[in-house]
Amino acid sequence: MLELSFNQLVDFLNDNTPADAAFTINLTAENSQFIRFNQAKVRQTGQVQNGVVRLTYMQHQRSGYWEFPLTGDLDVDRQAAAFALDNLKQEVPTLPEDPYLVLPQGNATSREIHAGDLLEMDQVEATLLPRVLDLDFAGIYAAGQILRGYADSAGQKHWFSTDSFSLDYSVFTPDGQAVKGTLAGNHWKPRVYDRKIQESRIQLARLSRPTKTLRRGQYRTYFEPAALAEISYMLSWEGVSEACFQQGSSCFAAMRRGERQLSPKFYLQENFSHGLVPRFNEFGEVAPNQLPIIAQGKLNHLLVSSKTAQEYKIDANGANETETLRAPEIGTGDLSIEDVFQTLDTGLYISNLHYLNWSDQPTGRITGMTRYACFWVEDGEIVAPIENLRFDESLYNFWGDKLIALTDTQEFIPDVASYGNRALGGVWTPGMLVDEFSYTL
Amino acid sequence: MISDLSRHLQQLNVAADWIGLRANREVVRNRSVRDGIPTDNGTQLNQGVMLEVLVNGQIGYAATNSFRLEDLRAAATAAQQRAIAASEWNLYQTPLSARPKVVGYYATPVEKAFDALSPGEINALLIKVCQHLKVSDQIVQASASALLTETESWFVSTNGSEVHQKFFRIGTDFAATAQEGNLVQRRSDNGWFARCYQGGLEYFLTDDLWSRVETIGAQAVELLSAEECPEDTTTLVLAPDQMLLQIHESVGHPLELDRILGDERNYAGGSFVNLEDFGNLTYGSKLMNITFDPTVSSEFASYAFDDTGAPATREHLIQEGVLKRGLGSLESQARLGVPGVACSRASSWNRAPIDRMANLNLEPGDTNMETMIGNIDHGIYMEANRSWSIDDQRHKFQFSCEYAKLIENGKLTKTIRNPNYRGITPEFWSNLVMLGDRSTWKMYGTPNCGKGEPNQCITVGHGSPVAAFANVEVFGGAA
Repeated sequence: MLELSFNQLVDFLNDNTPADAAFTINLTAENSQFIRFNQAKVRQTGQVQNGVVRLTYMQHQRSGYWEFPLTGDLDVDRQAAAFALDNLKQEVPTLPEDPYLVLPQGNATSREIHAGDLLEMDQVEATLLPRVLDLDFAGIYAAGQILRGYADSAGQKHWFSTDSFSLDYSVFTPDGQAVKGTLAGNHWKPRVYDRKIQESRIQLARLSRPTKTLRRGQYRTYFEPAALAEISYMLSWEGVSEACFQQGSSCFAAMRRGERQLSPKFYLQENFSHGLVPRFNEFGEVAPNQLPIIAQGKLNHLLVSSKTAQEYKIDANGANETETLRAPEIGTGDLSIEDVFQTLDTGLYISNLHYLNWSDQPTGRITGMTRYACFWVEDGEIVAPIENLRFDESLYNFWGDKLIALTDTQEFIPDVASYGNRALGGVWTPGMLVDEFSYTL
Repeated sequence: MISDLSRHLQQLNVAADWIGLRANREVVRNRSVRDGIPTDNGTQLNQGVMLEVLVNGQIGYAATNSFRLEDLRAAATAAQQRAIAASEWNLYQTPLSARPKVVGYYATPVEKAFDALSPGEINALLIKVCQHLKVSDQIVQASASALLTETESWFVSTNGSEVHQKFFRIGTDFAATAQEGNLVQRRSDNGWFARCYQGGLEYFLTDDLWSRVETIGAQAVELLSAEECPEDTTTLVLAPDQMLLQIHESVGHPLELDRILGDERNYAGGSFVNLEDFGNLTYGSKLMNITFDPTVSSEFASYAFDDTGAPATREHLIQEGVLKRGLGSLESQARLGVPGVACSRASSWNRAPIDRMANLNLEPGDTNMETMIGNIDHGIYMEANRSWSIDDQRHKFQFSCEYAKLIENGKLTKTIRNPNYRGITPEFWSNLVMLGDRSTWKMYGTPNCGKGEPNQCITVGHGSPVAAFANVEVFGGAA
């Protein structure tokens, strides 16, 4: 129904946009079920049906946008579009010129539908909870259809639909130590859920040992893929953006100036070939399937949107307007999972990180906390869980001289964020072993 | 709207112990300019209805962006089904008292309406702000933004509630980035979007607008030649624009009852505060008085009723350093058995209400700024938040500021760049040794307090005087 209504808007806007003007429309929509859990019981349960269209109107080097609900009711949605268009026709001529305005061009079209096999809404509790009744289980199950759409006055049109679920949970010991688990996909597989819970039970047993308090200092550290994924999110915060470099805030400026480089073992790319997120952006452009950002420790590309490309007279590379990673992938190394503890020898095993922020952005220094199942390891054996530690360390160290190894396999860490709407995609990443990682509190 | 919703409520035909309809209509106007070029001119209309249905002690919800009766009926049925499916696995029996009958109206007082300036005039002003920020060629980026939000909410229920609230919110953000070689410094107008208020354009067109803007540019350049923050354990004086973050992260979040109840453990985290701490825990020094106060005129998160209809009143959470009550809804209060406040809030129509901060303020002391600095032989004064990080129990924090001054022999002396500090919440607040008087008290806010599953961002307001803390670890930048 929403696709029908979306297509109707495209026709309406084409019929009512003057020849000297242009438009784009972007749709974000979902029909989602959410269940929150605490103590292996239901804390909140419900569902959300939402659709939002952003109509951007461009005329005489000026632009503005209106967002309005897309309900699936043809009359209501057409009236909303007409109201938005009328307002934009009045407002846009009063705005200043934007010399770097990106006008739609080309005639690319795409339509991707990922049908899923999700749990029946009424069966979620009865499927999930009996297996964890003896655990202090908390978290959220989210599932349903997610839509993204794009169309413009030049004739480009893209549609992306996926049925997906995510289960993001934690299980706790009586004294508050916890193990984190995340499942996501298009098809619910009971055996995968059972295996994941079983893995969590094993980790939970390890946490029952007395906690070790460590003094601040530098420790050899192994980071599980989930912890490395958390670090990778920082790169979209004024890291990999060409505009941020040009305007003074990128953490990779020192690499761009040729003053620093990372370990030749480190590789970061955008990789859309997994098909989890749309390749089209809000300009209707389709990103290349793969784009290396850092290869063999050297900065290869920053993300360049068409807007930035116009401003700084360089080539765009399919980036979105905010120049953030949409399909990040960190390359594998040569450390086998079986050898992680032996190679770590003595140090910290970190499963997750929490609440990261820049402590000194130009030098790539990041602070944050360890979280969930983190252990002190001696001679390749787990000795005890640790009290959470604050770290403060530069990426030029842990991805530079201090990087010992990356594991030879990757995990997919789904993005389970749902601010405004459910996120798509996630991070493909291996685990990472580093030396002399700094813990400060 | 109230009459339409009430009529729809009567026509839902769903068997339930209680049904509530909360409709929201929000219009957000974004205006942003960077280096004199428009970067964001847009209006976001966001509207819909949240239906809550109580069945067998379990609330199920369904939210739809349609106001048509047939869609509301479908949503009511869906909410009922969600409640029934979950009732066997119910964490606790929600009593009807968690959704009291209430009738009332609230509207933000506005002096200068948003439409007193056209979009073109606002853009012209923002461009002028950028020009004034660029005090030298070392300013490599100058940005100016205004965020104007009109929100209306209507709440009706089967036990007779009828609440209508109308909010006007304004936020502005001006910033300058200065660069010299590989050295980069950024200065803003009290921190990213810290200047957030309820009201109209009177909070944009202020008498001090141009002097503030020029100071931002000048201080960004000044920081390029400033000394790096020393590594030391010393007396730290925080300006109100950093206290807003300090209060938010190390007082507000740990006092949320849903964190203590464990609801948030999988995402935002828990709290070092325990049930038995209420009425007993010495949270800070005797100078520390924290109020939850949604009645402060023009503060960013003022309201008369929360999103479940609970009437909002001013309450002391911490009095003379002792923890008295938490930030918790009627539901959380019933579950935990401790007093709370009217703080069950939702970010929009498409999210269920949860325990949130609103206006959370540190009440002023009796020391003026001159006396406070004069009493410090050696210390550091910091302004405006730059970076924030705290653990999931709200214990170990590390924050950085944009701008600092050394305090030497009772005077503010050298400018310092990259000022950071770290600490542990109860120790830090116990070391609150001097508190500024009413003349130093300022209020700010933020539009982006994140929490909850599914995730929600809400508005909060924080007012504070200048405050001095003893024995704090401070340090600078560099890898």
